[in-house]
Amino acid sequence: MLLIHCPHCQENRDEEEFSYGGEAHIVRPLEPEALNDQAWADYLFFRTNSRGIHHEMWYHAMGCRRYFNATRNTLTYEILETYKTGTQPTIVGASA
Amino acid sequence: MSQNRLASHTGAVIDFTFNGKSYQGIAGDTLASALLANGVDVVGRSFKYSRPRGIFGHGAEEPNAIIQLGSGASTVPNLKATQVELYQGLEASSVNGWPSVNFDVMAIVGAFGRLMPPGFYYKTFMYPKKLWMTYEHFIRKAAGLGTAPVEADPDTYDKLNQHCDVLVVGAGPAGLVAAREAARTGARVIIADEQSEFGGSLLASQQTMDGVMAPRWVASLVAELVAYKNVQLLPRSTVFGYYDHNFLTILERRTDHLGLSSAQGTRQRLHRVRAVQVVLATGAFERPLVFAHNDIPGVMLASSVSTYINRYGVAPGKKLLLFTTNDSAYQTALDWQQTGRQIIAVVDTRSNPSGDIVAAVKLRGIEVIGGHGLIEAQGNKRVKRALIAPINASGTQVTGPVRRLNCDLIACSGGWSPAVHLSSHTGAKPVWDESIVGFRPGESKQQERSAGACRGTFDLTGCLAEGASAGAVAASLCGHGDGSVQFPACAVEDYIEQPQQALFLVPHTSATSRAPSQFVDFQLDVSAGGIELAVREGFESVEHVKRYTALGFGTDQGKLGNINGMAILANALDQTIAETGTTIFRPSYTPTTFGAIAGRDVKALFDPERYTAMHRWHVEHGAEFENVGQWKRPWYFPQQGETMNDAVNRECLAVRNSVGMLDASTLGKIDIQGPDAAEFITRIYTNSYLKLAPGKCRYGVMLKEDGMIFDDGVCACLGDNHYLMFTTTGGAAGVLAWLEIWQQTEWPELQVYFTSVTDHWATATVTGPNARRVIAKVCQDIDLSNEAFSFMDWRDGTVAGVKARVFRISFTGELSYEVNVPAHYGRHIWQALIEAGEEFSMTPYGTETMHVLRAEKGFIIVGQDTDGSMTPADMNMDWVVGNKKTFSFIGKRSLQRSDTLRENRKQFVGLKTVDGQAVLPEGAQVVFDAKQKIPMSMQGHVTSSYYSAYLGHSIALAVVKGGLGRMGQVVHCPLADGRIIAAEIVSSVFYDPKGERHHVE
Ligand SMILES: [Zn+2]
Repeated sequence: MLLIHCPHCQENRDEEEFSYGGEAHIVRPLEPEALNDQAWADYLFFRTNSRGIHHEMWYHAMGCRRYFNATRNTLTYEILETYKTGTQPTIVGASA
Repeated sequence: MSQNRLASHTGAVIDFTFNGKSYQGIAGDTLASALLANGVDVVGRSFKYSRPRGIFGHGAEEPNAIIQLGSGASTVPNLKATQVELYQGLEASSVNGWPSVNFDVMAIVGAFGRLMPPGFYYKTFMYPKKLWMTYEHFIRKAAGLGTAPVEADPDTYDKLNQHCDVLVVGAGPAGLVAAREAARTGARVIIADEQSEFGGSLLASQQTMDGVMAPRWVASLVAELVAYKNVQLLPRSTVFGYYDHNFLTILERRTDHLGLSSAQGTRQRLHRVRAVQVVLATGAFERPLVFAHNDIPGVMLASSVSTYINRYGVAPGKKLLLFTTNDSAYQTALDWQQTGRQIIAVVDTRSNPSGDIVAAVKLRGIEVIGGHGLIEAQGNKRVKRALIAPINASGTQVTGPVRRLNCDLIACSGGWSPAVHLSSHTGAKPVWDESIVGFRPGESKQQERSAGACRGTFDLTGCLAEGASAGAVAASLCGHGDGSVQFPACAVEDYIEQPQQALFLVPHTSATSRAPSQFVDFQLDVSAGGIELAVREGFESVEHVKRYTALGFGTDQGKLGNINGMAILANALDQTIAETGTTIFRPSYTPTTFGAIAGRDVKALFDPERYTAMHRWHVEHGAEFENVGQWKRPWYFPQQGETMNDAVNRECLAVRNSVGMLDASTLGKIDIQGPDAAEFITRIYTNSYLKLAPGKCRYGVMLKEDGMIFDDGVCACLGDNHYLMFTTTGGAAGVLAWLEIWQQTEWPELQVYFTSVTDHWATATVTGPNARRVIAKVCQDIDLSNEAFSFMDWRDGTVAGVKARVFRISFTGELSYEVNVPAHYGRHIWQALIEAGEEFSMTPYGTETMHVLRAEKGFIIVGQDTDGSMTPADMNMDWVVGNKKTFSFIGKRSLQRSDTLRENRKQFVGLKTVDGQAVLPEGAQVVFDAKQKIPMSMQGHVTSSYYSAYLGHSIALAVVKGGLGRMGQVVHCPLADGRIIAAEIVSSVFYDPKGERHHVE
């Protein structure tokens, strides 16, 4: 069971308090209607599915009810950092 | 007294029974040591061939002595007799061996062993499939897998969340000194060991440590640990799983050793430990040697024989023959000689065994036969003799004449396998090391280190040094101490060991395929010949061979057999063991009871139940309840003698003809405030809320970004920048999270705040042509006229003396008022409304009637009529989509995707059965051609179906491919029972299609 640091609560809490929110830093297109089906499908369905460093959203559902981001190694499940929504990670992978 | 008990060993006598016979043991015994003391040879039957089996080991590795403890509600199956502490009145039986271990019908099958090669279960029992049930019944009963209790578990189990700096797993020499070094620094330490006493291998050791016998040294060290306030000692506690981020689970058996019926307090406790650092000191398992008929009772591990002698005062035989590839087993010869019983010889595969301990054994007049293998054991239910022969230096061939040696006990040792299980749980892949002829733990994936025998260090001096260092370093990594060892090293006399021989299969005079079975995995009867056959049949991967032969799939998880099996496989593939790889061990290390995993989360505490403020009234009035999420909702209110159908028909007619009342408190309610609330809501729903005035309500649908409906409900404008959103009962939490994620991650610039207020309000829905008359009796300050308070309005007012919000919204199609009051007034308002409704025979109704009434109107229920693949257009609800909205609301773009625009999508329609009294089952498939051969082309399915008492016929809602263009066509629903029900596609609105009913005066 993961131990996750909530950057809002400033505490390490068990995974049980959180729910997973999928890949982070996917920005919703400002004008969806301007996109063709392919571009819209890229936004909607396609994810990097990283092997290694992965930036992802978590929701502190049983705590402060706030979303934040985590940088996690998908091979080792090590969480390298957590950071607030709207900020950028300090640890990034070699390639996407 | 018992024939195998040494006179020097005394203690309180304990009575017990095994397979119905009475025996006596001595306090401190395990069931295994007591059975050996009593000369019980056969303790079970093997799974496949039903061969008689005896006790082989002395701990978690035991493959044969698998027993069922007790009977009735507290019975436990599949325990190892070697791990069951004896208590007065213990009752146990073999799990394998019906009808008895000494006469077993499956032995007849066993006689045809060659007809049951590996892959037997796949080859024989899976074909033909229809016979599998027959086979399985017979096999399960005959082979036996233990019996689960059928009664509810009467015992209590607990869970305990724990934190510590250093968790030490195993309290043998390495673990004990690790704990002491860590404890001294002030670190918080937990040390757990699966046995009743700390000490591990030292409990049966004849070595002296710091001038005292090993068990005494252990006792004083344990006393030291007890004195530390920062140390928690957990005996009888198995660390059975090592999970992410140093989370480990420990099963503590608190009362099992006192007996099943005398259990007091918590029987078992599950410790959920988050450790900063972990020291693994889990020891090693001695490896058996694979020779012909090595499974006959009377063949044991050498270290187990020593343990039974030294710790339990039991010599499990009369005439010992030792068979080894290494020095460690020579200690067993010395231990055995102390019992005064006969030792035939030590057979050593090494051509010229030498060194300290070999010399010591020879000095005592014990014959050492070097360069020989014990190639076959003989006997039926007990070893009678062994065949030995000279073998070549590489251990692959018999090179000389076979000799017979009479004996009744064979103690064997093929070296030691580190117990790398827990480190393997973390994903660390064990690494083969030729120098120890075993797998060492792989590189650490988590904050852990191994010490002692589990790391491949087998001498006591080395174990103590590694343990001390591991404890000190682990503590320092938690911020305690500088990582240096503080306590002086313990003075130990270790024999200098000579190199062992790597031998995983002892040659026979016949080739492996023709030799008598040489067993690798005792529990599942996997033999060396079977593994070689699997390779001949084309299996190469160790994981495939494991599954094909069942190697390691028993309750012992192959603790004894896996390494030998892997080595034999590697040899057959002409590979090294390192190339062949190892298998990944997974939790649980040993079987763990469901009781401990469930803990207190059982019965009423299994899942929280939510009740509305009116719940007591419903109970008092005989409601039947339905689970909706965690809520208990009244399902229907049966009166004397009524069936469910009777009750629902009566409730439906009451609403349509006069008035009824529903407890609607469970609907999700989210209070939304902020200057950007309207903008935000408008982005979330398909329709617009920008112009919704205070006092007005609007029905909306939410889509996921893929355009599929995921919730619906009414949203009311309570005031400037203030809204109340209703969600489905089951969807409330999901909708709240949905709102949060968009606000927090995508549009943080929008000022809007969400609060769940579902539990703050109690809601009574009064509906039917007489609804206004009922409300008027208890509410004087709201003008209830159609003109002043029209459909889709809401008003503040006073109902039965309570400040209330009254919503004129309707889920029945009738004139409806939803009266919301603070939850504490729920029962009061319900009671007051019931009394006000008496003169109109107002009828309380439940969710079933609610469903029928809404289905008559064609109102959808998200999650029942939709399944996450339906767009508003699919549901014939284009009217709810505000395509003129400036902001591209969530899901809008996806409504233009080629897939959502394509022809022939499933569309929401009504079905009217040709036989109006036939009610379609929900989930029934819809086909166009009833005569089509199977597999038929499925064109849709029934989502909702009821009998409508008001309409006098059944009604159904369905999604059908291109359904909206098929009005009037007849479709067919083939049912599992062979019937085919024909139905006409009609509008989904069966009742009051013009919507006039909720405007009645
Ligand atoms: Zn938080």
